[in-house]
Amino acid sequence: MWELIRANKRNSIILIVMMAACLLLLGFVIGLALFGTQGGFVGLMIATAVWLLLSLISFSSGDQILLAASKAQLVTHDVHPQLFNVLEEMKIAAALPAMPKIYIISDPAPNAFATGRSPESASVAVTAGLLARLNRDELQGVIAHEISHILHRDILFVTLAGVMLGSIVLLSQVFLRGMFYSSMGSRRRYSSGRGGGGYAQLIMLAIAIIAAILAPVMAYLLYFALSRRREYLADAGAARLTRYPEGLASALEKIANDPSPQLTAANKVTAPMYIVNPFKKKNAMKLSDLTSTHPPISERIRILRNMSTGASFKDYSDSYTAVTHHKTVMPASALTKEDIALRQAAAEAKKEQLQGKQMRQVGDIMRKVNGFLFLTCPCGLKMKVPPNYKGNKVACPRCTTILDLQSN
Amino acid sequence: MIPLTIVAVVLLLLILSIIGIYNTLIRLRNQVDNAWSQIDVQLKRRHDLIPNLVETAKGYMQHERGTFEAITQARSQAMTAKTVSDASKAEGALGEALTKFMLVVENYPDLKANQNFLAVQEELSSTENKISFARQNYNDQVLFFNNKIQMFPSNIMAGAFGFARHDFFGLESAAEREVPKVSFS
Repeated sequence: MWELIRANKRNSIILIVMMAACLLLLGFVIGLALFGTQGGFVGLMIATAVWLLLSLISFSSGDQILLAASKAQLVTHDVHPQLFNVLEEMKIAAALPAMPKIYIISDPAPNAFATGRSPESASVAVTAGLLARLNRDELQGVIAHEISHILHRDILFVTLAGVMLGSIVLLSQVFLRGMFYSSMGSRRRYSSGRGGGGYAQLIMLAIAIIAAILAPVMAYLLYFALSRRREYLADAGAARLTRYPEGLASALEKIANDPSPQLTAANKVTAPMYIVNPFKKKNAMKLSDLTSTHPPISERIRILRNMSTGASFKDYSDSYTAVTHHKTVMPASALTKEDIALRQAAAEAKKEQLQGKQMRQVGDIMRKVNGFLFLTCPCGLKMKVPPNYKGNKVACPRCTTILDLQSN
Repeated sequence: MIPLTIVAVVLLLLILSIIGIYNTLIRLRNQVDNAWSQIDVQLKRRHDLIPNLVETAKGYMQHERGTFEAITQARSQAMTAKTVSDASKAEGALGEALTKFMLVVENYPDLKANQNFLAVQEELSSTENKISFARQNYNDQVLFFNNKIQMFPSNIMAGAFGFARHDFFGLESAAEREVPKVSFS
């Protein structure tokens, strides 16, 4: 467990340093191109300043910005007791130092993510669609996956790498657009010529443009490569925490086969944070393997289902090798022999239901989050009273009984 | 002069490593204690929930006096248990009584549809899960700690400062083994 976290940390540092080198190089080249031979350091300064500014923002309130952008709402135990309980169970199993905050996103697409700086101040967000579709064991699997991200310090890595990636993209975009517009407006300045110096400047400019195009691509590839690996590790962690890989496997299957439209509040940089890539694949080509943020779901499901001997990291790693014929995804030091038996399914009533009922449940969960009042009339009609309803009494539209709002 | 420096450096390294090992042992022991208190919290919560459960169900199940008595008795025994092994046994019996109770509930569809009962049921089944996850974590921590105090070189320190092995939170009976599988629906 600790070896895994340490190895993760080491990998993160290497990646962050590589991305930082990318960023600084880009800044240097752009500086040279724009301000001549002395400009390299100016470029470096600008790149560092952009990065520092973005880092400061993301460290002080990055998780809040992300949650607000996803339109996630903080909920308490009363809104969805099962979600709260499942999270607390996983918090205990993982021995997290503090209970993560829980958010619900009003979206019918089933998905979930975790964010925050440290295990002490983490947040988990799930969509209403996820809650409506999954049974208890499946929800436990998904939550365990998110808790594993928190435990493995993946949330910090995503924040750091995301900021670095954001800085690189920002810098190259500003430069390229600036080049485009300035060349539109004052092309004559360059062509009028200043002799040899101008010529060297032009070459420098070409190099800078190429760098500005290539750097973001490089950074994206680095970022995605590590985030794919982390998904496997979080799956392994979830199996270990729940002792029940089938729960997560079945949840992933349901999420993959879900017909609802893609999550509205997701973009390319935040995509690696979700349990399943929020972008629906339109053309499932092999080429996308390199640029996809997540391993193929079918493969993740097969690995989890193939774990028949136990729930330790070693069992997951063996299963991974059996399914993909690749070498293990885990650092060798994490593969100590652990004897962890699998458990049985909780014999919960199966939550198989019709699409229509699911959508109604999504709506109900969101109304609860938003402070609606739920009333049941003696005639059997269920009423949902909005929080801004004025007055203490409401008449049942079916049997016209007057109901008291206060008594509920 | 040079031999003296070497001796001093070696001594310093030795002292530093002794401090390091000692601190590690303390940290691990605190983790074990903390894991144990997590189990304790959940066991207490289970005891607190049972009167609620009984109260909600009583109105619907007039003819199941025996079942209620079995639960109440098992609960009070579990609450008065002093040692770990006593607690382990009593909690096992309580789990068994709850399993029986939940089987009986199957015959009362009205009760199963009651919102209050469903709420208590969710809390109780979650508490059962938390107990088993807390136990899982406790046993992991104990294994880690026990390994550490038996392995060289920390075993020397453990012996000198009196760090004793901890017991696993065992499963006292076959019935207790069944607890995580309890169905509450």
